[in-house]
Amino acid sequence: MKQEKKSLAQRFAKAAGVALALFMSAQSVTAAEPVKVGFVYVGPTGDAGWTYSHDKARKYVEEQLGDKVKTTYVESVAEGADAERVIRQLAKSGNDLIFTTSFGYMNPTLKVAKQFPKVKFEHASGYKRAKNVGTYFDRIYEGRYLTGVIAGKMTKSNVIGYVGSFPIPEVVRGIDAFTQGLRSVNPKAVVKVVWVSSWYDPAKEREAAETLILQGADIINQHTDSPGPIQAAQAKGVYAFGYHSDMSLYGKDAHLTAATHNWGPVYLDKVKSVIDGNWTSTDFWGGLATGATALAPLNSAIPEDVVKLVEERKQAIIEGKLHPFQGPVKDQTGAIKVPAGQVMSDEDMLSLNWYVEGVEGELPK
Amino acid sequence: MIFKLERRVDDSRWMAYLSPILAGALTLITGSILFWALDKDPLQTLYTFFIAPVSDLYGWTELGVKAAPIMLCALGLAVCYRGKVWNIGAEGQLLFGALVGGAVALQFLESDSAFALPLVLLAGALAGMAWAAIPALLKTHFNTNEILTTIMLNYIALNLLLFSVHGPLKDPGGFNFPESALFTEAVTLPLLLEDSRMHIGILFALFALVAVWVLLSKTFVGFQIKVLGLDTRAAHFAGFKERRLVWLALLLSGALAGLAGVCEVSGPIGQLVPQVSPGYGYAAIIVAFLGRLHPVGILLSSMLMALIYIGGELVQIELNLPLALTGLFQGMLLFFLLACDVLIVYRIRLNPRFSTMRKPSPEALVNGADAKLSTHSQ
Amino acid sequence: MDYDLIVNILYATVRTGTPLILVALGELVCEKSGVLNLGQEGMMLMGAVIGFIAALETGNLWLGVTFAMTAGLLMSLLFGFISLNLSANQVATGLALTIFGAGLSAFVGSDYVGTPLEGIQPWHIPLLSDIPFVGRILFSHDPLVYLSFGLFVGVYLFLNRSHAGLALKAVGESPQSAKATGLPVFKIRYLAVMFGGAMAGLAGAYLSLAYTPLWAENMTAGRGWIALALVVFASWKAERVLLGAYLFGAFSIMHLVAQGLGFSVSPNLLAIMPYLATIVVLVMLSSDKARVKLYAPVSLGKPFHPAD
Repeated sequence: MKQEKKSLAQRFAKAAGVALALFMSAQSVTAAEPVKVGFVYVGPTGDAGWTYSHDKARKYVEEQLGDKVKTTYVESVAEGADAERVIRQLAKSGNDLIFTTSFGYMNPTLKVAKQFPKVKFEHASGYKRAKNVGTYFDRIYEGRYLTGVIAGKMTKSNVIGYVGSFPIPEVVRGIDAFTQGLRSVNPKAVVKVVWVSSWYDPAKEREAAETLILQGADIINQHTDSPGPIQAAQAKGVYAFGYHSDMSLYGKDAHLTAATHNWGPVYLDKVKSVIDGNWTSTDFWGGLATGATALAPLNSAIPEDVVKLVEERKQAIIEGKLHPFQGPVKDQTGAIKVPAGQVMSDEDMLSLNWYVEGVEGELPK
Repeated sequence: MIFKLERRVDDSRWMAYLSPILAGALTLITGSILFWALDKDPLQTLYTFFIAPVSDLYGWTELGVKAAPIMLCALGLAVCYRGKVWNIGAEGQLLFGALVGGAVALQFLESDSAFALPLVLLAGALAGMAWAAIPALLKTHFNTNEILTTIMLNYIALNLLLFSVHGPLKDPGGFNFPESALFTEAVTLPLLLEDSRMHIGILFALFALVAVWVLLSKTFVGFQIKVLGLDTRAAHFAGFKERRLVWLALLLSGALAGLAGVCEVSGPIGQLVPQVSPGYGYAAIIVAFLGRLHPVGILLSSMLMALIYIGGELVQIELNLPLALTGLFQGMLLFFLLACDVLIVYRIRLNPRFSTMRKPSPEALVNGADAKLSTHSQ
Repeated sequence: MDYDLIVNILYATVRTGTPLILVALGELVCEKSGVLNLGQEGMMLMGAVIGFIAALETGNLWLGVTFAMTAGLLMSLLFGFISLNLSANQVATGLALTIFGAGLSAFVGSDYVGTPLEGIQPWHIPLLSDIPFVGRILFSHDPLVYLSFGLFVGVYLFLNRSHAGLALKAVGESPQSAKATGLPVFKIRYLAVMFGGAMAGLAGAYLSLAYTPLWAENMTAGRGWIALALVVFASWKAERVLLGAYLFGAFSIMHLVAQGLGFSVSPNLLAIMPYLATIVVLVMLSSDKARVKLYAPVSLGKPFHPAD
């Protein structure tokens, strides 16, 4: 079999050391052999959430490029000392491009990249780059803004529940963008946040969602990985938004839509640029316009005019006419943080650590 | 039963050495069957799992990096377990050592003092020791079961670490992400080999190995610990100060685990992060038993454990096998070993008549086999 | 707080406590016989995955529950064989079981991740569920919750009112004397371990078939370890296991409720509380050497040497 031959060759390469491995990887590109792409995942591919979304994209790349690409992945790589070894191992094994898909891999990725200048690295969600390390992330907050618009139109109690994982900027940004969308159509609505301090605990997430529901929330949003909150909403007969991917399987009545990552096209693009030899280190932060962020199909319970409104807003965001954080943006005290006529800079969004007006409660620090 | 287990007159020294090898062989055979069932060439898979990771010098250095913290923890645990002090808390002691050592390291962001690094290491070891002092105090003064307190303390230490990196120790220039600033050169462990990650932590581990060996086999304290583990009453009659021995075992073990923790953050990680240890403290329990609570055994078994971790990654990369195999292999290996250990004190005989198992002598326990038999009358 | 909120909190408390009660009752019986099995997490995970697969493939949820219990039981047999037949160290064997179970469940379940399943639905008990307050809190759950009530009563009566329960406790206190009075120590311990396994499997099934009907790796999220703490917290008494599990459930609900009401709390510091409380309770219970005999099984974790 071809695959077995390949790993024989790899074994050889390893025995001969780094230099030879590098030489071979260079060879493999010129000899029109498949370009090798490695993926480092923080969770199991079976977590049904974050890692699952990346692995889906890996398969998408394989489907699209066929035998022009060969992918490998390592799952559940701890973000401590292990990460560096795994990334290095992937580099050593002759991968041309390596995606490191969790924030905690930032420093290990940079360390390995220094030693493998010919290998390209793409790190998700980080803020440090190098000549051969690019970063990428999706503007999921744009999708969340749109779900906010839907929530504002659909809520009757004017209380939305939000199940959060950890109060890091990425999550706070999502809550704020959602609230901006919500209040843009319904200034009376408020958002209640409950932190579960876990990315993945279906039972606890479900309990958090139910707690919010019994405190008056009639729509649930989440920034955790499991479908627990959707299941809670379905059981209690309220609406909910999914996250990561279309979660309607877990509650088809409750699931209004989901803000989803669509890494497939992003990865395809990066891999193609390596094949074409024009890869450069960039800071890719794509949203609705690039297709990196998308909304899952809308629930038929959403009225026609709301669907139309969401479509309009989406277009406006895509065309750059609308920004979820366009001034005036006020914080909880009513102080103006982004004046009218301006939009929040990417840098400010990256380190966002305050709630906008409309979010109840205090952000735990 | 067709076979019966018959008590040996003396414990088999041979089997004490043979049992791990037998367990290893059984694991390999079971593994091969598993790989074969998964449509993978068993030989090639085993090669990738167990040999390819150490087929070059770099591979060995990585093995050292991975084995060092496990070895440090396991050595301390061996001292505890010899004295029948069931410390399950190496994980918590490691994390607390990393947390406090890391917090001290963060005070030296502007300094290049030569005293910084020793201070950081000392802080880490003392912190681990302090964390182990809690169960020691509770056991000696309040008669509290250390198995349970150390498990609880593991969770508390983990949450303290999480709290700290999400809060007070967060990198001020780090966009609010939950990790500390990167440590400076002054508080980073020097490397032993250029172009590798092998830091001097491995030397600490080897030094600890010799020290524990001397302690256990050459000193009176070590003898006392062994007697205590064998027979509490005998230790008592001999006038050994039981409490002092419990304290000693736990403090030593805590210090070693704390040192392992601080070496991780000031070595290969280089900063405080939420995930300092992928369960080294728990792996060390297995390693301690695999190594029959003997320093040399622990040296070998910690390397084997590290190899299983690294090999598990490699078979994913090379052969697309799931990570779950790592856990399967570790579990299997330990099961087989625990099962094979029975042969140290028993021999298998064809059963002429359905008869009973009998018990081993206390000496068997010292061998680390910890094999005691229950009745099996029917 | 209004009436509805309180009712709902208590309702959620019962549900959150249920998996803990199931696995903790099993561990309680096991520990009462003097055997410490740290493999709860592994057995729960195997129960969860096998139960889910069986329910999905056969289309019968109750068959799934049965399979889950069988899976837990088989895992406990593995533990029993190594720790009882071969007298290996219980701590090491239990840890190995957890590691092994986590790996095996992930391995077995990889094709079932993300598959939706219509889980076990709540069943409002006629008449009982109409009682004000209590009816909504206790009698509007899914059948596994009622089963947990029944199992609690069963374990309570078994331990406190039956000869068999006395025999079990005698074995846990002093296997030597138990043996001397003619009790089959080995058999009793085996049965206790098997009961613990089946209960852990059932707890796993509760998670994957009723609570959040889905399978994902490590979905027990450490509940097996919490149950272990609970048994200690409960000072090895069935009624306190029940109380402890609900307290723990209430505690985890309350901190979610408090957040919803706008209180800001560090989730990590809160997470420490149950463990800290367990240590404090443990210290209070065991500091009096005479009293500790009333609680912890004296021979807990110690293998049995018949000739001692």
